[in-house]
Amino acid sequence: MADPLAIDVRGMTKRFGGRTAVNQMDLQVQRGEVCGFLGPNGSGKTTFLRMLCGLLRPDAGSGTCLGYDVIGQSEAIQREVGYMTQRFSFWEDLTIAENLDFVARMYAVPDRRRAVREGLERLGLSRRRHQLAGQLSGGWKQRLALAACLIHQPQLLLLDEPTAGVDPKARRDFWEEIHQLAGQGLTFLITTHYMDEAERCHRLAYILDGRLLAHGTATEVIRQARLTTWSVRGPRLPQLAERLRALPGVRQAASFGTTLHVSGDDAAALEQTIAPLRTQEHEWRRIESGLEDVFIHLMDRSGTQGPS
Amino acid sequence: MTRRRAFSPARFWAIVVKEFVQMRRDRLTFGMMIGIPLLQLLLFGYAINSDPKRLPAAVLLADHGPFSRTVLSAMRNSDYFDFVRQLHTEAEADAVLARGAALFVVTVPANFTRDLLRGERPALLVEADATDPAATSNALHSLRTAVDTALAADLQGPLAALAATPGPVELRVHARYNPEGITQYNIVPGLMGVILTLTMILITGLAITRERERGTMENLLAMPTRPSEVLLGKIAPYILVGLIQVGVILLAARILFDVPMAGDLGLLLAATLVFIAANLAVGITFSTVARNQLQAMQMTFFFFLPSMLLSGFMFPFRGMPAWAQVLGEGLPLTHFLRIIRGILLKGNGAAAIAPELWPIALFAVLALTVAVKRYRQTLD
Ligand SMILES: Nc1ncnc2c1ncn2[C@@H]1O[C@H](COP(=O)(O)OP(=O)(O)OP(=O)(O)O)[C@@H](O)[C@H]1O
Ligand SMILES: [Mg+2]
Repeated sequence: MADPLAIDVRGMTKRFGGRTAVNQMDLQVQRGEVCGFLGPNGSGKTTFLRMLCGLLRPDAGSGTCLGYDVIGQSEAIQREVGYMTQRFSFWEDLTIAENLDFVARMYAVPDRRRAVREGLERLGLSRRRHQLAGQLSGGWKQRLALAACLIHQPQLLLLDEPTAGVDPKARRDFWEEIHQLAGQGLTFLITTHYMDEAERCHRLAYILDGRLLAHGTATEVIRQARLTTWSVRGPRLPQLAERLRALPGVRQAASFGTTLHVSGDDAAALEQTIAPLRTQEHEWRRIESGLEDVFIHLMDRSGTQGPS
Repeated sequence: MTRRRAFSPARFWAIVVKEFVQMRRDRLTFGMMIGIPLLQLLLFGYAINSDPKRLPAAVLLADHGPFSRTVLSAMRNSDYFDFVRQLHTEAEADAVLARGAALFVVTVPANFTRDLLRGERPALLVEADATDPAATSNALHSLRTAVDTALAADLQGPLAALAATPGPVELRVHARYNPEGITQYNIVPGLMGVILTLTMILITGLAITRERERGTMENLLAMPTRPSEVLLGKIAPYILVGLIQVGVILLAARILFDVPMAGDLGLLLAATLVFIAANLAVGITFSTVARNQLQAMQMTFFFFLPSMLLSGFMFPFRGMPAWAQVLGEGLPLTHFLRIIRGILLKGNGAAAIAPELWPIALFAVLALTVAVKRYRQTLD
């Protein structure tokens, strides 16, 4: 436990054929931290997680995971890591209890029966223990997967979109559980596409085209983006958005229910642009940029300028 | 992988238990594993077991002497030959056989009676369509006796000397299209080898590819495992399935087909275990090479066909060309056929089968080594 970093890797690179899925990525995650791992589809999140737990061999890069060498000590890492795959990967022709039992055997968990029973109870699976995994609904499958990757009491959890398709109540319970475990010293690296979940993380890592674009607490990430955002309320917002997007200084105009968020990275230019539009018809208000504004901005910027 | 750890029996056992549960759930596959041998046995076995009579025959008669008539009526009386047609040229004979209008063409050469009386042992030519040896073999077997007995009855008094060995006529049998018939007792024990080859390879061939196709491989690989634990764990349950098949086949061989069991059944079981292991090892190797279940299936048949054709199951091994024999020696089935036929029919003991057993064991070890080497511990 001397090493305060659960994950400490540098220059991690993975190429598939000609294309680079993960490009020179550095990442440090403290022990006991819940780190949100964000990025658009195909940005390399899953690939990065797979490299950490030895499922893919990095083309370049070095570092440690739980103090073990990520290149040479995959087996030691695997014993202390719980990896939840993006796609459900448990055995559909085994029951919940049988799946957990199998996993517990594979990790040689001491007092296996108790571990399985506790795993079932913790995620409310006890009543369904004899149900075949293949017959569970999506949300229950996710719970099974989480229960299974906790059963050997790992130090680090790599969760790949663990709450995709899970109802709000279950998601809340899930995050409560995660914070409780983090309080006990477990480390989490969790990919998600949900902003509310991103806000629940201690720190965030934002990845785009295989590169780490932003890393820090939510506030830090927002501040680093230097984004100015205005909210507009009023009639015919879609038409307004259309007009705004063509104007200088406007990086994005996105609808949020009844309001429109207009942002740009040059505050003065943006203010100048919108000045003539600030009529009686619409109510304009300068607001704090949110995570979503920032992420969409990061995504768009790469589209026009390419990754910096 | 710097930290190499020893094989973990616990993880091996975890895989075994999992495979068993999955096998139990997959009723259809399990049913097939028992159903395939039974079905094959019944189909193959009864096709062979039947003793077809009154088979259509044609005759090319170039001699009209009394002995020609004796020979032909002897054949007719044996009940195997039904002369449906009289031919005049050899081209006609070829055509009749090719079309399947007759299964036999009997040629009685010119001067047959005269040559016979002179003691020159004229040749009686019997051409048989042996595409289906089961159909013609019994008829051909009866031929020598039928002809000799009938002639002996005619050759009395001063002619009796002609009836002595080697017989008054030379019987020339040409099995066309298929060099040699397979006898009934050969086939049922042989079938055991063929069935084990097919089902054992197929079932383990799917073992790894199925994990890959269902996406569970990623999960399995994320766990700390050695390839040998996974591979052996997947093989072990099917050894039991193989033994069940062996039981079913032996029982059927005994009850339905009356196959003699001259040798030690314990010895046979031991040898069969090695053979099962070899086939499972081949299957699991295919499984590590194939990208999906379809490919694994294709590879299984790619291996199965030569096994069936070159092992001595379909064709007599010694009748095959040299290159085919060389290939055949490399197949586990070839050696297993010799073992099982040796034990069941000839009552061979351990010493006699040892030279055939070690190649199978070697094959198993080699295949498993390839599998362990080929088994990828990463997804790329
Ligand atoms: N096995 C593979 N072979 C080839 N290319 C791959 C492979 N796995 C991933 N890729 C490519 O690498 C890139 C990154 O994929 P990855 O799955 O890591 O993205 P992701 O961030 O997890 O996306 P998502 O949010 O959709 O899950 C993609 O362009 C993908 O097409
Ligand atoms: Mg992904």
